Amino acid sequence: MNLKPEKPNQLIFEHSRAGRRAYAQAPLQAPEASGIPAELRRSSPVGLPEASEMDVVRHYTRLSQKNFSIDTHFYPLGSCTMKYNPRACNTLAMLPGFLGRHPLAPETHSQGFMACMFELQEILKEVTGMAGVSLTPMAGAQGEFAGVAMIQAYHAARGDTQRTEILVPDAAHGTNPATATQCGCKTVEIPTNDQGDVDVEALRQAVGPQTAGIMLTNPSTLGVFERQIGEIQKIVHEAGGLSYYDGANLNAILGKVRPGDMGFDVIHMNLHKTFSTPHGGGGPGSGAVGVSKRLLPFMPIPVVGLTDDRGGAEATSHISHLTSHGIYRWLDEQDLPQTIGRLSAFAGNAGVLLRAYIYARLLGREGMHRVAEFATLNANYLMVELQKRGFDVAYKGRRASHEFIITLKRQKQALELTATDVAKRLLDYGFHAPTIYFPLLVPECLLIEPTETESRETLDAFVDAMVTIWDEAKADIEQVKAAPYTMPVRRLDDVRAARELDLRWQGNE
Amino acid sequence: MSNIPSDLKYASSHEWSRLEDDGTVTVGITDHAQDALGDLVFVEVPEAGQTVAAEDACAVVESVKAASDVYAPISGEIIEGNADLADRPELVNDDPYGEGWLFKLRPDNADDLDNLLDADDYEASLED
Repeated sequence: MNLKPEKPNQLIFEHSRAGRRAYAQAPLQAPEASGIPAELRRSSPVGLPEASEMDVVRHYTRLSQKNFSIDTHFYPLGSCTMKYNPRACNTLAMLPGFLGRHPLAPETHSQGFMACMFELQEILKEVTGMAGVSLTPMAGAQGEFAGVAMIQAYHAARGDTQRTEILVPDAAHGTNPATATQCGCKTVEIPTNDQGDVDVEALRQAVGPQTAGIMLTNPSTLGVFERQIGEIQKIVHEAGGLSYYDGANLNAILGKVRPGDMGFDVIHMNLHKTFSTPHGGGGPGSGAVGVSKRLLPFMPIPVVGLTDDRGGAEATSHISHLTSHGIYRWLDEQDLPQTIGRLSAFAGNAGVLLRAYIYARLLGREGMHRVAEFATLNANYLMVELQKRGFDVAYKGRRASHEFIITLKRQKQALELTATDVAKRLLDYGFHAPTIYFPLLVPECLLIEPTETESRETLDAFVDAMVTIWDEAKADIEQVKAAPYTMPVRRLDDVRAARELDLRWQGNE
Repeated sequence: MSNIPSDLKYASSHEWSRLEDDGTVTVGITDHAQDALGDLVFVEVPEAGQTVAAEDACAVVESVKAASDVYAPISGEIIEGNADLADRPELVNDDPYGEGWLFKLRPDNADDLDNLLDADDYEASLED
């Protein structure tokens, strides 16, 4: 007797049977591939799986049930800001007027969407204190690229071609040196002192006429706010460099302090983190960039502009009653001749930007403040509760920003309990693992970011799970080493997976 | 605690160096370094003929946790990279001071080795 008719991890291809169809969705007549020359048409089947509608529904429902996501589990993945994505943002961004808008539709037919984008630009300017915002970058990495490209364009426009070095503190995001390299700059690493702050003396030694700028993540990946931010700014600016604010950790300061007021020249914002658009499945993201006044001419295009000129050719009468403010239009090379150019076919990920806009409007000014307040309150509460139960915080005496670091160095020495073991066992207790082994500066570390959307009860349950795992390790370390027990797959051999990389499904044979 | 042979010289960035009888210097990463990195999955070694200055990044070790540069402890000319590591990166974990060596170089000046740490100093640098 077969008690398990469905293999647990079957691919949809393994359900395939020749000729099987979802008849309810099949067109009555196969469409003609008209206009495509015969020699370019496919003559053999595509090789797609053939399955019944019921099989497909069950297969994907099962897959979705295996998903470990913010909708199902606490997800304290440090550095990633896995906060709840409000359903309202999704619903409103899916309104037919937004969904049906073609990106090549004329401006006159896109005024509602463009008004939203213009207002999002204004909101982001206000919340960061920057002089201008471009929503074009499609992801954080592209935002970083745009930021450094603008710094380079600024120096080049002044004929200052010697500035080829980007300073990156070692507590920065790993993407920062990657961005500098991608832009053709040399990365100069600045060490961190034992308090988690940038080593200002080392910075002073490192700057010079070759310095293009500094990329600073603040609060840093150590989960602490950089206390000498003013001094760092001064040193870099006096050396003629510009300053780049990696806004990945913006959640900690949203509405509280503004990078523009700190004197930064450019910031990228991960709207998929701080502004709560869905992420974790690889995107799509948004890496909107904000700039200081001197970088305004170099912004990536298009940017949404607002004009009061109603006499222009496009300013048709039916628009003017839709908006009393004027006409929105895309600013392009004509408006910004020194722009670093375009980063995508149109203007970023429209659906993502809409969700971020709606999120910002739902929060309002007061809500923005509360995001930072509750994100930092939750992080500090969790940090203190874990300390009370015996865990070691990496930077004692420092208040957490929106995230903090636990080090299991002591547990590893005493029990062989590693960060990986704890991460795997947490899955059995219904918690997504925190970020582990990052930042590299702290041994056996867990980087924990609860975000503002979790309740005290959830945080307490997480603390209890951590303590339980530690107790289990004291009683029988092998029990923890073999975790997880309740997931679709057990502990993966990640070393073998990396050494014998195999990415291709070979079929049923 | 980790194994720190007393006859080797060390850099604070966790490379060991051994002066061979023929005047060449063999370089690898320490037992502490391989333990901190965890199981290596990829090693890139320099090619023979390349000249390196002290503290130049000239090899890469990658584990499931992190990728890390390995720096030349002293300046010289690379005469050999350990070709076995391409297929067997685990040698660095299993035998960091033996079969898991990374590269050999001909030093510009063998006295430069005196600028490196001895075993006691290196051990002290690991204490904090």
